Amino acid sequence: MSGGVDSAVAAARARDAGHDVTGVHLALARNPQTYRTGARGCCTLEDSRDARRAADVIGIPFYVWDMAEQFHDDVVDDFVAEYAAGRTPNPCLRCNEKIKFAAVLDRAVALGFDAVVTGHHARLGPDGRLRRSVDPAKDQSYVLAVLTRAQLDRAVFPLGDSTKERVRAEAAERGLAVADKPDSHDICFIADGDTKGFLAQRLGQAPGDIVDGRTGTVLGQHDGAYAYTIGQRKGLDLRVPAPDGRPRYVLSITPKTNTVTVGPREDLAVDTVTATRVIWHGTPTPVECEVQLRAHGEVVPAVVTVGSDGLVAHLRTPARGVAAGQAIVAYRPDPDGDVVLGSATITSGALASGPAASAASGPAHRA
Amino acid sequence: MVMAYLDHAATTPMLAEALDAYVAAAREVGNPSSLHAAGRGARRLVEESRERIAAVLGARPSEVIFTSGGTESDNLGTKGIYWARRGADRRRNRVVAAAVEHHAVLDAVEWLATHEGAEVSWLPVDATGRVDPESLAALLAEHGDEIAVVSAQWANNEVGTIQPVEELSRLATRAGIPFHTDAVQAVGQVPVDFAASGVAALTLTGHKLGGPVGVGALLLGRDIAATPLLHGGGQERDVRSGTLDTPGVVAFAVAVESAVKTRAEYAQRVAALRDDLVARVRTAIPDAIYNGDPERRLPGNAHFSFPGCEGDALLLLLDAQGIACSTGSACSAGVAQPSHVLLAMGADNDRARSSLRFTLGHTSTAEDVDELLKALPGAVERARRATAWKTPR
Repeated sequence: MSGGVDSAVAAARARDAGHDVTGVHLALARNPQTYRTGARGCCTLEDSRDARRAADVIGIPFYVWDMAEQFHDDVVDDFVAEYAAGRTPNPCLRCNEKIKFAAVLDRAVALGFDAVVTGHHARLGPDGRLRRSVDPAKDQSYVLAVLTRAQLDRAVFPLGDSTKERVRAEAAERGLAVADKPDSHDICFIADGDTKGFLAQRLGQAPGDIVDGRTGTVLGQHDGAYAYTIGQRKGLDLRVPAPDGRPRYVLSITPKTNTVTVGPREDLAVDTVTATRVIWHGTPTPVECEVQLRAHGEVVPAVVTVGSDGLVAHLRTPARGVAAGQAIVAYRPDPDGDVVLGSATITSGALASGPAASAASGPAHRA
Repeated sequence: MVMAYLDHAATTPMLAEALDAYVAAAREVGNPSSLHAAGRGARRLVEESRERIAAVLGARPSEVIFTSGGTESDNLGTKGIYWARRGADRRRNRVVAAAVEHHAVLDAVEWLATHEGAEVSWLPVDATGRVDPESLAALLAEHGDEIAVVSAQWANNEVGTIQPVEELSRLATRAGIPFHTDAVQAVGQVPVDFAASGVAALTLTGHKLGGPVGVGALLLGRDIAATPLLHGGGQERDVRSGTLDTPGVVAFAVAVESAVKTRAEYAQRVAALRDDLVARVRTAIPDAIYNGDPERRLPGNAHFSFPGCEGDALLLLLDAQGIACSTGSACSAGVAQPSHVLLAMGADNDRARSSLRFTLGHTSTAEDVDELLKALPGAVERARRATAWKTPR
């Protein structure tokens, strides 16, 4: 129970369904004051009090579990290391994988509980398949698709059939004071929302070149390649304008040479995505399906093949802004909620056809 | 659903006669500071209460300063006396306190160090949690003319160890230094006599002995100066301003009187229950460590470390079966910190985190102990399995 409206309503629904429910708030900060304060995130003292109050209203026991060390090791350190390696991590996904449905679940099972209930917006029906929420804007199946079969078997998501609006209304009906609490959007362990500053503090300055992807010309300098994300346009601060005057985007980050490569928007296009660390739920491949390549990102039709060395997706329409480190999640469209077929961590993207292929001056550019 | 309430050191149920006295007084109007008949009526109730408390605790009525409870009394007994003493003599800028004090003393003293520039000396304890008077004697010999106040609790709230208060008090008093003791856990449990103990100031509170929450007292020797924490109408010898809580004070006095008068038989009965609890826990969980002084301890206190367990996991499991107990140390965001008391006794982090406190009181029965022993072995086994989540995956 984060102290937000979703987990409060999820707990109440689980209790109403007849389960013996205990509320748990995760203390994730070594020093709670350094994490986000106020009503916007998780992990703060105020959130802990909100969660406790919600548990009191629902009528369930409530405890705070100290997961600060695990969270720091598995999520925060991983976040920094991924950026240092030129990849773009998703810490919420990592937290689900390593904390909520690993450390917390293991401890809960040892203590005699059967499952972990969360306020995620996703469906997990009697067929055991993970599906998108009925609320497309709030759907969180993307950050849950990393869960294994064993983890899903001990997960309960009571909110998947409700829109966020409905959840808020229900919270108000139940007398939960968190009904109007704003949603959290930012990374909970970066107090001021300044990801670049957070990384700079931990990784230090590492000046390097910003290079034109087509010509190889050095266009400018950066203070650390970790501050850039694939597809980024703003904040490049290039002194030399592009010959055609059009905006340039980050195409790739190469930690080895500490280079940030930029180019026109069309050079971001990718139609082949390779990925590793595959979680796949048994559908035979190659399979015609849809893939999502970042949280709240666009969904594109693709043919996905899972092999012993990973996952390859051939996109029917090219996608832009495909970043290594993000998850690729495959869905089978379904009127009862698109079904998650599997998930993997993107290692690279390439364009096999089209005008940018030659410009990329090679068979593939690292995404 | 509470099957067995084993957390009387946190708070104990109000005595029926204290509750009746509270309700009767709360029906009446009157500010004890008012001059008219209604005020006089309230004043009479307050002063009678003051006399009753003084009488059973070996104090003079004028030495009873009513407060909002233990935390305020501890702050007044440490900060108030420190300010007054340092105000009179600038050299006296040192505070001495036991390392195992309750946070109401511990944090007040640390605040003096951080915000008032006080020097602090912590008195160490042995493995049972007891202060050695020799360590105070040594400090007095070295820093005697710099010390403003010495504070040491009468009995520890976590492990129940009783301190040699009279010896410590005698040493401080002989050196001309006021001695404060936090006797919140002691009054009604062990004999407490203000005059005979020679202490300058003594903290007690209502809700630990069958009175209401929110009222307590500092017994403050007539010749001991203390700078007020609260300024205002000048009540309570000008040391503690604020309208007196007449019904609270009346009920508090009823509870103190009853607890002190019935103490001997109470202590005998509760200690027998406690001894039974301890023996059965040790049989059921042979590697349990019984913390604190086995002899010189509060009659209702049993405190264990359960190796391989986390105290908060045990608490959760026992709570789910209707058994209320405590891990002993409170915390800000609800995250258990290892107890400073256990650490001061030389326990390592794991042992400190694996501890659980069971405290019996005036409503405790043999059935409470039975309920605990029914649930505890299974809970310990489960909590041990739950510790495995910490090991690397």
